[in-house]
Amino acid sequence: MSKQINVALIGNPNTGKTSVFNALTGLNQKVGNYPGITVEKKEGICKLSRGVKAHIIDLPGTYSLNASSLDENVVIELLLNKNDKDFPDVAVVVSDVENLKRNLLLFTQIKDLEIPSILVINMADRMRYKGISLDIPYLEKQLNTKIALVSTRKNYGIDELKELISNYRELSTVPCMNASEIDKDYFDGLRKAFPDQLLYKLWLVITQDVNFGKTDRNEIEAVADFKTKSRADLKRLQQKETIKRYQFINETLKKGQIIDLSTAKDLRIKLDLILTHKVWGYVIFFFILLTIFQAIYDWSSVPMDFIDSTFASLSEWTKNALPAGTFTNLLAEGIIPGLGGIVIFIPQIAFLFLFISILEETGYMSRVVFLMDRGMRRFGLSGKSVVPLISGTACAIPAIMATRNIESWKERLITILVTPFTTCSARLPVYLIIISLVIPDKRFFGLGYQAMTLMLLYLIGFGAALGSAMILNKILKIRSKTFFVVEMPNYKLPLLKNVALTVIEKTKAFVFGAGKIILAISIILWFLASYGPGDEFNKAEEIVTTEFANQNLSEDEIEQHVASQKLEHSFLGITGHAIEPAIRPLGYDWKIGIALVSSFAAREVFVGTLATIYSVGSDDEETIKNRMAGEVNPILGGPLFNFASGISLLLFYAFAMQCMSTLAIVQRETNSWKWPILQLVIMSAFAYIIALIAFQVLK
Amino acid sequence: MEATVAHLKKGQRGIITDVSSIYIPLKLLEMGCLPGNFVELVQVAYFSDPMYLNINGTHLAIRKETASHILIDIL
Repeated sequence: MSKQINVALIGNPNTGKTSVFNALTGLNQKVGNYPGITVEKKEGICKLSRGVKAHIIDLPGTYSLNASSLDENVVIELLLNKNDKDFPDVAVVVSDVENLKRNLLLFTQIKDLEIPSILVINMADRMRYKGISLDIPYLEKQLNTKIALVSTRKNYGIDELKELISNYRELSTVPCMNASEIDKDYFDGLRKAFPDQLLYKLWLVITQDVNFGKTDRNEIEAVADFKTKSRADLKRLQQKETIKRYQFINETLKKGQIIDLSTAKDLRIKLDLILTHKVWGYVIFFFILLTIFQAIYDWSSVPMDFIDSTFASLSEWTKNALPAGTFTNLLAEGIIPGLGGIVIFIPQIAFLFLFISILEETGYMSRVVFLMDRGMRRFGLSGKSVVPLISGTACAIPAIMATRNIESWKERLITILVTPFTTCSARLPVYLIIISLVIPDKRFFGLGYQAMTLMLLYLIGFGAALGSAMILNKILKIRSKTFFVVEMPNYKLPLLKNVALTVIEKTKAFVFGAGKIILAISIILWFLASYGPGDEFNKAEEIVTTEFANQNLSEDEIEQHVASQKLEHSFLGITGHAIEPAIRPLGYDWKIGIALVSSFAAREVFVGTLATIYSVGSDDEETIKNRMAGEVNPILGGPLFNFASGISLLLFYAFAMQCMSTLAIVQRETNSWKWPILQLVIMSAFAYIIALIAFQVLK
Repeated sequence: MEATVAHLKKGQRGIITDVSSIYIPLKLLEMGCLPGNFVELVQVAYFSDPMYLNINGTHLAIRKETASHILIDIL
């Protein structure tokens, strides 16, 4: 068996690194986490010639090897640790042809670590358009490397890159410059103290702010004693180092790169004069959001209706095709409706991720950061908080992880705390089913009332996030520096392959992650609903028969009465009744109560729970929605899901903290139990009060 | 008083003369905000904050407060 070649893909953000990764690995990739931390780890397999395979890791984007965040730290940890099983045999540094100067900074640092490196100059198809010409042989000589000119858009250069990876042993490991000249005395001392270690590696260990994990730190632990210089001195040296590197790069590019500005066109500036304009920028942003929500609603209704009816027939079919018994009931009444409750939302979730990934791929998201920074600062947030808040509409978990690039700790903490208010895709199932029950399906100037209600709920979510941020900003006494740097990348047409992979991967993660919980809860609920203590449950038939003895009911009607008698006195029914007094003022009955309780694990369980509850004892081919519409309020009469209780439920779900996974991630990111517990208590109490007010006013 | 990036008007250019490293994050230096490089103010949000700059070919946005620590000669 031939050995796999370990390849690390490294590069600045916005260089199309992920496109190169996708081009190399195709669908042979998987996404996981680095052990112990929540940084996403993307790896894949690439087949090279002659049966050799390359194991490729797509490292987080970074501007240099001076880490300022957990994500960037992953890059350094790997490059400094020769014992790591993923330690690269060869580093592929991806650069963007338009920003070569800046991209080469990282490249020269990696060369200093003496790792065999290949330089990929990506987006090479834009060279003519930008008036750039390169002297590749000269650059290869100056940088001591091999260069691959690649365009993932026009699909060339990838085979050459694979060839270079196969022949990585021929690459030079000699650094292209000497950084230690910035302070000769200091570095000479360092070299004498640790003659066996790579000088640049020592320097990196000394200057990093972040803690190192298990790196082969022990062997270089002693450098701690070498931190003889003050923080300010070290920073001044890092600045000197950066200037030194740029001097080298400028010298190299002076001969190796010619830019003819007369033929260069710059679409970015023209677009940005409108898209980031004080007035038009905001108007355009608002219309983009409006379009997205209208599209999510309209485009997904057809596949959703189809899935809804398919699961209803499947459940019916199972009941008839399998021999009657406990297992068949579990399958037809517990598992299938429970799964249907999650599958039905795949279309919407996929559309949502589609739009978010298009906004990111095009580079528009950075403009939103720019537009929103000033306004967000008023709430104690950063323009960069907009990205988590918008991603929060998909799922709070990646959103909270996306706060890592916010430089100020206070702004970051507030963003983490308020992000769960944004309407995540798990709320969508709940919203959609209730909206379709209580909001009329009419249109006003082409905009549906239902779509507008949904948009309003999203706005309420953002509003709650901003409002609570403002309060937190006043309360929290945290001093931290407020740096803010955001790159405005060139606009790009999104690559279909990248968008498709993101949508598939995220939807899959959502469905399987949520699916597991929903399946487990559906089964538990089915058991609790199908069994009960005492005579009232076990002798349900006798009780019903006696009660309705002289009413001449048909067999079907008696069966219905038996089923509801059973459900009411099952374990589940008893639990629901126990909490009913607390939720009756909100307009809910005990069945909704059960759904509320079970959805504290995960919101999307709500619909699955109702599906399970309502299908127990029924063998009609009826969808959840129709059954919910037929429910009657036991006290007030009239439909249970009317305008008042519907709005009350919508608002409860808008504010309540009902997601265990989010709490877990907040605990990890803030490294404290205090924040997630506060989140849970305050958000849920607030949700209860608002839902109470809404129902009492509207009923 | 010396001019800083915060004094630039939309469309104006300058050459960076000094950056006070205490106030400027290393990341910004690495992106090319170094003495000798040019800087141009591309676009401003309302109240001129944040500022959308072209520094040495890199397009980025920073807050006015950070910009006021980058000394320049206005061209």
